Amino acid sequence: MAKVTVDGIEVEVPNGVSVLQACEAAGKEIPRFCYHERLSVAGNCRMCLVEVEKAPKPIASCAYPVADGMKVFTDSPMVRNGRRGVMEFLLINHPLDCPICDQGGECDLQDQAVAFGGDASRYREEKRAVKDKYLGPLVKTIMNRCIQCTRCVRFATEVAGVPELGATNRGENMEIGTYVEKALTTELSGNLIDICPVGALTSRPYAYVSRPWELRKTDSVDVLDATGTNIRVDARAGEVLRILPRTNDDVNEEWMADRGRFAFDGLKRRRLDRPWVRQNGKLKPASWAEAFTAIAAGIKGRKIGAVAGELADAEATVALRDLMAALGSNHLECRTDGAAIDASRRDFYTFNTGIAGIEEADALLIIGSNPRLEAPVINARIRKRVATGGIPVGFIGPRGLDLTYAQDWLGEGGATLSALVGGQHRFNEVLRAAKRPMLILGRGALARPDGAAVLAAAWQVAAQNGMLQADWHGFNLLHQFGGQVAPLDLGFTTGIPADVEALWLLGAEVPAAVPESAFVIYQGHHGEAGAARADVILPSAAYTEKDATWVNTEGRVQRGRLAVYPPGEAREDWKILRAASEVLSIRLPYDSPDGVRARLVEANPVFGGPGFVPHGCTDLAGPAGDAGGVAESAFASSIHNYWQADVISRASATMAECARTYLPQAAE
Amino acid sequence: MDAELSTATEFPQPESFSFDEESLKAIETIVKRYPPGKQASAVIPLLYVVQRQMKRSTGSAWVPNKGMDAVAERLGMAPIRVYEVATFYFMFNMKPIGKHHLQVCATTPCWLRGSDEVSRACRDAGKLGGWGQTSEDKMFTLSEVECLGGCVNAPILQVDDDYYEDMDYESTVRLIEALRRGERPAPGSVIGRQTSAPEGGPQTLLDVPGE
Repeated sequence: MAKVTVDGIEVEVPNGVSVLQACEAAGKEIPRFCYHERLSVAGNCRMCLVEVEKAPKPIASCAYPVADGMKVFTDSPMVRNGRRGVMEFLLINHPLDCPICDQGGECDLQDQAVAFGGDASRYREEKRAVKDKYLGPLVKTIMNRCIQCTRCVRFATEVAGVPELGATNRGENMEIGTYVEKALTTELSGNLIDICPVGALTSRPYAYVSRPWELRKTDSVDVLDATGTNIRVDARAGEVLRILPRTNDDVNEEWMADRGRFAFDGLKRRRLDRPWVRQNGKLKPASWAEAFTAIAAGIKGRKIGAVAGELADAEATVALRDLMAALGSNHLECRTDGAAIDASRRDFYTFNTGIAGIEEADALLIIGSNPRLEAPVINARIRKRVATGGIPVGFIGPRGLDLTYAQDWLGEGGATLSALVGGQHRFNEVLRAAKRPMLILGRGALARPDGAAVLAAAWQVAAQNGMLQADWHGFNLLHQFGGQVAPLDLGFTTGIPADVEALWLLGAEVPAAVPESAFVIYQGHHGEAGAARADVILPSAAYTEKDATWVNTEGRVQRGRLAVYPPGEAREDWKILRAASEVLSIRLPYDSPDGVRARLVEANPVFGGPGFVPHGCTDLAGPAGDAGGVAESAFASSIHNYWQADVISRASATMAECARTYLPQAAE
Repeated sequence: MDAELSTATEFPQPESFSFDEESLKAIETIVKRYPPGKQASAVIPLLYVVQRQMKRSTGSAWVPNKGMDAVAERLGMAPIRVYEVATFYFMFNMKPIGKHHLQVCATTPCWLRGSDEVSRACRDAGKLGGWGQTSEDKMFTLSEVECLGGCVNAPILQVDDDYYEDMDYESTVRLIEALRRGERPAPGSVIGRQTSAPEGGPQTLLDVPGE
């Protein structure tokens, strides 16, 4: 530890931290552009100058290590002068286009120019002009505004793992770009917009849309992948205008995947905004009362089942379960992709190590998952671990995938997994040598006929290779969407019998085995195949339009909040179910969000707590399934088109554009 | 440096690039100089290899994008890291140049000794419009460069890899005409100066004691 005095305040900080961090520990704000706590130190903007006693010149505090007994001054005349000079230099080539700049109002340069800059520039010459660069359909560039902090270059290289951005040429001619024109091939490109301290990199879909002070900001949770990214939904006049990540070191740090960030324009398109009832084979607009009457008539005396889809929230799921129970049905299903998940124990179907726990692992085995497409933020966490710790990563799945970090390709599929179960595979040695090994099993690997065997085999690999310890749980199932774990917690695994006569779909597609004659109720926000097949359509709220509880792949229980009201006559899901129960003369016993949540905790106590706390595993007994029954066939990730993987992103024009750019072969 | 020299892509890039026999041999020697795992350090010498190979094969010493990609692949680097290095140093020509690269030093000592005349001679004799331009017959490209470190024999004109020293208008014209004829005058001082000794022979230590 080193004792440092900052403006007379004495703080004790670990050796090796920078002066900037010591100043922050003392509660002093240091202006900065290039320094970012999650990126390497560049030290090129010079904005973080401070004075250190006995140092002849001001020093760049971000790149200067502390020393014991150091006396730092952050507000001396030398510092103020230095920062004013730096600011004047930065503004020499910066255009005065704040009034038309999308960063205006939330711009570090703007704020710091006011706080630390001078009142006038002495520069009378021409400003330099830089050609704008094309970085893909999501990031818009106005390179005149770039102050060359290189945060984007470091982010792309270090966090996203796609070293495609760089600073070419030098001095006056230095430019940030890809040099050879190309779209950035990352699923994390939206974060470039966040880390850019000026308006050089801005959101293309959000261009000229709004000013930050016009927006109503609502904290919520992203559900378009299973990471459970903490988000802030910015809305104006009942319309979501953008989504930004919130910092949560346990989950997403401060990053966010592109689909969650940019797919929200799908919330306005192809929406179900009124009930529909099928009459004489044709869907006709109806009122809520008519829809409920039709349901009452349609399901009367029939054998009913319920399916929760991949974006189902916990409140709706528990209400649906209660409704089914009251109708005398125990036919519940949520594994719409056919994944053979054993929900008898929670650690069979969650990401037990935790996302933050990845940073403690010292060996990783990935089975049948492409984390880069299934959960880009979790993939960035794995990359961080590999980049800092150099841990070995074994991969079973398609050969030649670029996961952004070095992986040891072990084989394509079941044959390799069986070899690992046998303990004779070369990667067994690696796992056994590790102290905290973990494995990630992709949900896609379970969505095949031998899924139960794959699950049992993966568990056995975990159990036999030291992944299950009293204080370490290295077995992880990676889900794909934010609504997949809550229904598992609520027992939606009893299955739909083939002779079911009526189905209640909560944003789910009709299971293949259901007979044509079945009466189908589709409750959801986007009309896809499930809605087209339905006899009654009940329009509901999407994730930004309701107060709801979501469970991420870790099993972490998080609360999303209503940012805008649902369109038209659409309503929150649990309210629809509550209203339907009234007409079906069952009457669910709750009328308020608190009531449903109390019921939720009663149904499964995990909903009363954080849902996820780091835990170990003492019971090595594995899930049902014969580990020997794994077929030899190759594992395939179930997400091929990252940009259009769920109903919301499939309705999004932005995501369609991304798919056209990045997956020309998959474009419609 | 003239911005024209560094902005890429408004001219045809070769479809492909692969190292020839001579380059491969050179690369092998170069890469061996660096410890294992530090091969990326060889990026600058390898870019020279590319530039020389282009000179051999096309007569124009420049570094095409595919050449940089080949270097990146050979050294296990991301291509952008090679682009950054190549565009940083103006010794690498990012677009095709003429057969001879006339590099006039215009830093203070050369300028005081008449580098303006040298560049005027280059423009006149080489039929060049200005800095960064290539003559129509593709014989010459004129560049202004910073200190070439030959100040004692200023002004300096560097032609490709050779220094011609103590230049003035007439000697520059003569040199360029010789180059145009395909000759290659001996590099060094054009006024017969011995290395960087004083003009006209030694001025001091003329009497050696005891002799």
